Amino acid sequence: MSAAVLASAHLKGPHVDFAGLSPLIALLGGATIVLMFGLIGSRWVRANLVPALSLITLGAAVGLTIWQWDEQKSIVSGALRIDGLALALNLVLGAGAACAVLLSWRSLAAREAAHGEFHALLLTSVGGMSLLAAAQNTVALFVGLELLSIPLYVMCATEMRREHSLEAGLKYLIVGSVGSATLLYGLAMIYGATGSTDFSAIARALGGGGLATDPLTLTGIALCVAGLCFKSSVAPFHQWTPDVYEGAPTPVTALMAVTTKVAALGVFLRFFDVALISAHGSWGPAVAVLAAITIVVGNVGALGQSSLKRMLAYSSVAQAGYMLAGVVVATRLGVQATVLYLVVYLFMNMAAFAVIVARERVTGLGDSLDSLAGIGRSDPVLAWPMTLAMLGLAGIPATAGFVGKFYLIDASVSGGYTWLGVAIVVGSMISLAYYLPVLATMWMREAPAAGRTPPARPGGLPALAGGSPELDAGAGADAGEAVVPADGGWEVGLVAVLGGAATLFFGIVPQPLFDLVHSAGRALGLL
Amino acid sequence: MPPLSILIWLPAALGLLGALSSLARGARDTGEEAGWTLPGALALLGALGALGLAIGYIADFHIGSTKLQHVTDVMWVKELGIHYKLGVSGLNVFLVGLTALLFAAAVLAANLRRWQRPGLFFFHFMLAESAVLGAFLAQDLALFVAFFDLMLIPFYFMVGGWGADRGEVTRVRATLKFVIYTFVGSLLMLAAAIATGVLSAQEGGGHITFALGEIRSSALGSGTQDWIFLFFAAAFLVKMPAFPLHGWMPDGYRAMPIEVLMVFSGVLSKVGAYGFLAIVLPLFPGAAVHFQTLMLVIALASILYGSVQAFSQTDARLVAGYSSVAQLGFITLGIFALNGKGAQGALLQMVNHGLVVAPLLFIIGVLARRADGSEDIRDMGGIATRAPVFASLFLIVSLATLAMPGSSNFVGEFLILLGAFQAKLAIAIIAFTGVVLASVYALRLFIRSVHNRVGAKVSSRDISIADGAVLVPVVLVILFMALYPQLALKRSEKAVQTSVYVAASDSGAHPEGQCPKPGRDVLGCLTPGPSSQSTQTAGTQVLGTGEPPETPEEGAVGE
Repeated sequence: MSAAVLASAHLKGPHVDFAGLSPLIALLGGATIVLMFGLIGSRWVRANLVPALSLITLGAAVGLTIWQWDEQKSIVSGALRIDGLALALNLVLGAGAACAVLLSWRSLAAREAAHGEFHALLLTSVGGMSLLAAAQNTVALFVGLELLSIPLYVMCATEMRREHSLEAGLKYLIVGSVGSATLLYGLAMIYGATGSTDFSAIARALGGGGLATDPLTLTGIALCVAGLCFKSSVAPFHQWTPDVYEGAPTPVTALMAVTTKVAALGVFLRFFDVALISAHGSWGPAVAVLAAITIVVGNVGALGQSSLKRMLAYSSVAQAGYMLAGVVVATRLGVQATVLYLVVYLFMNMAAFAVIVARERVTGLGDSLDSLAGIGRSDPVLAWPMTLAMLGLAGIPATAGFVGKFYLIDASVSGGYTWLGVAIVVGSMISLAYYLPVLATMWMREAPAAGRTPPARPGGLPALAGGSPELDAGAGADAGEAVVPADGGWEVGLVAVLGGAATLFFGIVPQPLFDLVHSAGRALGLL
Repeated sequence: MPPLSILIWLPAALGLLGALSSLARGARDTGEEAGWTLPGALALLGALGALGLAIGYIADFHIGSTKLQHVTDVMWVKELGIHYKLGVSGLNVFLVGLTALLFAAAVLAANLRRWQRPGLFFFHFMLAESAVLGAFLAQDLALFVAFFDLMLIPFYFMVGGWGADRGEVTRVRATLKFVIYTFVGSLLMLAAAIATGVLSAQEGGGHITFALGEIRSSALGSGTQDWIFLFFAAAFLVKMPAFPLHGWMPDGYRAMPIEVLMVFSGVLSKVGAYGFLAIVLPLFPGAAVHFQTLMLVIALASILYGSVQAFSQTDARLVAGYSSVAQLGFITLGIFALNGKGAQGALLQMVNHGLVVAPLLFIIGVLARRADGSEDIRDMGGIATRAPVFASLFLIVSLATLAMPGSSNFVGEFLILLGAFQAKLAIAIIAFTGVVLASVYALRLFIRSVHNRVGAKVSSRDISIADGAVLVPVVLVILFMALYPQLALKRSEKAVQTSVYVAASDSGAHPEGQCPKPGRDVLGCLTPGPSSQSTQTAGTQVLGTGEPPETPEEGAVGE
């Protein structure tokens, strides 16, 4: 019977554009391979080969992205869009994830989670981000978001012996799920109102009649805004950010701070500036107000923080507010400004997080501000990148942060939101009060004489609650494995120096960045 | 002449070279060895090189022309319309010279002391010089803002890293306060500058540009002009500092190393005043007229408050600091008189004030060394008995500070007050008391430290040759300017008139100008060039700027 049906039906295999999908395939395939290599017995292989394979995977994804560079096409029956925006964001994601891999090589988090799984989770998450950046369909959007989030929940909790890490994982899971649920509800309502999951079909439906002001649509949009704000830590949905950033292992925090933000703002751009563009009159002012609140809340929250990770968490909230300005104006200039700022944001944050990782390993003071005391004299290779990163985040000229902020203000003023441009500079003013003390600690304080106790070595870890004693014993005595280096590690220094150098270089010669974001701006077909 | 970029970047390049050289010799170079260090010598070389170039530009300045000279114009960021555009005009040529002179003197003075980490210190010092020169020479609004912000960073590091803690106010706190104050202003200015570029491009219909002279700010509505003006004014008034916005000044002045303070007080405060003259008045004349009274009142308050504070403080640095507030008040008064005389007096006074305040601060440093490190004037006294040379140099500087007739400062203040009289009589009359008060505080400082009973801690000795090498050249320049202020007046006359012209006609200080209706159209009247305008309006109040004060001046010098 079934054979007869098969014979009678004229089956046609769906056309799959493997070229367009290739970066995604590389990431997810790489994740599988890395997971398999993580099962190899030799500890040396696990600790060194697995991160190397992750880097190769990311390199392949970036290479394939560049190969696809000038493409403009929809793939997977319109679910994904390969265009300048998706590809530019892919590059940023690849670079950010590669930095995170370097920071987590020889770190405790990766070791605790058994290297294979840690890196497989990382690559899967990046795959989700890449999917999200290309999503052109509400279903793909949601799948990408979950693919991004779920591995991150686990990665936050990978330092299993540290309570804060577990707390961060749990908190992120709960808040993230609420955010996802809200978003899903909103997407469902928009589907209900417009009858479509496809972005361009939604845009056509909203543009048609009075749908753009329909209560169902508006509720849906509001819920979508809230859901995405959870993910990109926009106030007032940001409360989880400081706790999670502080609790999570620092390499994971670096990954979250940079790449999650890239993906979330990417989807903000595509969903709001394409699908909901006809309802711009409704959500534009609301999101603008959210952006302004975020700028103030983030910057005020960062004041007086003694934990660097908490400070950077609040600062990332504020930066999300700046970048939303580019979404709000819904112009080509706005898209370009947001993408450009994301690139710049990558450099500055990676430099800062790399310095934090290095100092955590050396001082045993954790991510406290005191861990930086006096490094201007003792360790200029770390002090200069951190200096440039802080100056860049504050938006001082001759750093890339200045160019980024300039472009965002330019976009807001020419998009008719001059007051939002003023809000950006007001935020920058407040931000000086917490960025500059970091510089003061590095350059104007002596290193504490007694503060140089190295952190607890892996052998001295507390027992894992509920874990088997044999496993703990085995974890304590792994001779062949790369241990956390006592000097911070050259790879961490490399990330810091590259980030700092890029911050300075693109502050003086910004033209390459503008060339990069040009295609992203063209992609959305805005004015 | 070589391009201006060489002038700007030479100091920073040599500073960087010095920093790298000390890095190469190992970070152990903590200045234990006495005397000269390689970074210090390289920095001095850079500062002297810049000074030589600056003198060259002054000598090479073509007096008759209002066009920019030695222009460098490269597109820096195409998408944002930012040009890397530099040029010498009558407004900035002497300020550039002042900057180069004071930095050379201050670097020489800094070389006489030992510093921790000299490589880094002199790198910041030279980066500061580059940034200040850049701010003066920038002919693009965005570039100006960038340099304006950039120049704070080296000062932040120099004060925080090498400054002095004073009681409960640590240098780190003081520097944080001062940087936040100034950045608040300059970030507002950033927003205002971007708005100017973008909105004028939108209204005027064209590509976005920030190049001064190409911005069609006349297209901005008056409400927009007003808030943009206020944002710019905030930046410049904090930088000066002017009366209600000077809160960072006392702590900042006390924390700074004296060599750094020399250039900070001498040069950086002028960038604010220069900004008013070169950017605000030409771009937002309508708003300048609208807020004229407000600005004049601020200027007046600064004069009175600064003077009163200056003769009641006992910390010698604060005497100098508050006297700067008062002097900058005079400069603001001249600028917002909104006529040619006032503005030209203001420009001359900027140079004069820089020339006197830097040696004054250096002298305070020397005095403090004689008085066992104390900078309190109650601990000083009786220096003159054993230090006649030093005392006479100090006397010249003091007399110039109080604008003695015969000094160039007198010409400056005279012009400013003349301009103010024409603008607002009542304010000018009150401002006159500032002239009297200036002699009170300047003479008080001089008498208390040089004459009187010899202080308990004072060990008097005359100035060393090295200190003299710092002081004497600057004093010679003061004397030269006193003899020949026309050097600056002639070169700046045309540019100043162009700069205040539109605002002057708007404010009615130009009643019989050739433009029938004061308003937006007056820009069109300007196109024939100020030369035609001066022939037509000669005899009205705005013009004839240079001439009247020259007669009393020459007479005074002759005595």
